[in-house]
Amino acid sequence: MNDKMKRKVDLEKVINKYKAEKGGIISVLQEINREYGYLSEDALKLVAKKLDVPLIQVYSIATFYTAFSLKPRGRHLINVCLGTACFVKGGNRILEKLERELGIKAGETTKELRYSLDTVHCIGCCSLAPVIRIDEDAYGRLKQEKVPEILKKHK
Amino acid sequence: MLNLTIDGKKVSVEKGTTVLHAARKLGIEIPTLCYHEGVSPYGACRVCLVEVVKGIKTGLTTSCTCLAEEGMEVKSDSPRVLESRKLMVELLLARCPEAEKVKDLARKMGIEGVRFKREDKECILCGLCVRVCQEIIEASVIGFINRGANREVETPFQAQSDVCIGCGACSSVCPTEAIKIKEMFDKRILETWHTELELKSCKICGRYFVPKKELEHLKEKIELPEDIFEICTDCKRKSLTGKIGEIKTGAI
Ligand code: SF4
Ligand code: FES
Ligand code: FES
Repeated sequence: MNDKMKRKVDLEKVINKYKAEKGGIISVLQEINREYGYLSEDALKLVAKKLDVPLIQVYSIATFYTAFSLKPRGRHLINVCLGTACFVKGGNRILEKLERELGIKAGETTKELRYSLDTVHCIGCCSLAPVIRIDEDAYGRLKQEKVPEILKKHK
Repeated sequence: MLNLTIDGKKVSVEKGTTVLHAARKLGIEIPTLCYHEGVSPYGACRVCLVEVVKGIKTGLTTSCTCLAEEGMEVKSDSPRVLESRKLMVELLLARCPEAEKVKDLARKMGIEGVRFKREDKECILCGLCVRVCQEIIEASVIGFINRGANREVETPFQAQSDVCIGCGACSSVCPTEAIKIKEMFDKRILETWHTELELKSCKICGRYFVPKKELEHLKEKIELPEDIFEICTDCKRKSLTGKIGEIKTGAI
């Protein structure tokens, strides 16, 4: 069985799991988004078909929540905090540095699918401002020149 | 029956009647943009605002979605109501400066300038097309996508739809003429929905007159003699008048 087929089988499993639930569409999309990192066109079409709802309904939900991505995401998610404290402490300059280093803008993903770059508003450790978070790790009191070194830690 | 007062006038209506309808019964005019008899109310445009008095409190609400209650007191022309409606229309006008219906309302309400950033959108996001497509046509082609300032009515993936039957109900119900449909010989092109559909030609005159998909859809929904779909309305009318003529002259 090739990789694509295997994925499809899994996808159907996920869909069946939530089929009976009310509000099941969101749960299905959450799980697919978690498993594959994004919601592909094919996945959304399959969800609509299997749950017997109009495709537009699935697409509406998929585009409504920012937690869902319609494009492939990188292996590592970089969140740059631009909350009040971090902003005052120069969070936007950290963001600029990251954008320059990675050659992408906030909201985008690098070509080799290594990093996705996003901004957030306060991750709850303002005393460490400016803060970024890569996957589960937070880096505080950040300076622009530390950025390349931190990136290297996340292959 | 429920009894309520609107602008001091008494009216009784059946349970389940909206305040908008109760007001219309009294001949009180309330402006609407996103309301349509045929589909469920949605409360999106907010130009139908009225004030409902509850004890010592009064609140603004959309009359198209608000159900009449026993003893309810409604004001449809208080300064607060008129000011709020005006604000709503001003916001809509900022978004869609070219929409005739919005311009009309603005004129009637005496709105002169717009204090907000102007855009050049055509759609006011009233959702009428979405509801008609879903509730009446039962095709569910279009819907709202994204959120906040990026909200739009679209097809899935903003691409050609495979469920659109090309009936054009969306465009005929749109208050701002935002949905563009044109016909080119044997095709109907729903530009706004990125969709092109093949037309069927009339058996008699050969004119292309209806999307094939719409016919299939109709056939599924209602039982009608097969040949009713074979000739265009013009030819139907002609053959009908022909027949009546024959009857009158005693030819049959
Ligand atoms: S396209 Fe027209 S009918 Fe549809 S939501 Fe926009 S304004 Fe309303
Ligand atoms: S503002 Fe950045 S962590 Fe609170
Ligand atoms: S007509 Fe009531 S909110 Fe639009």
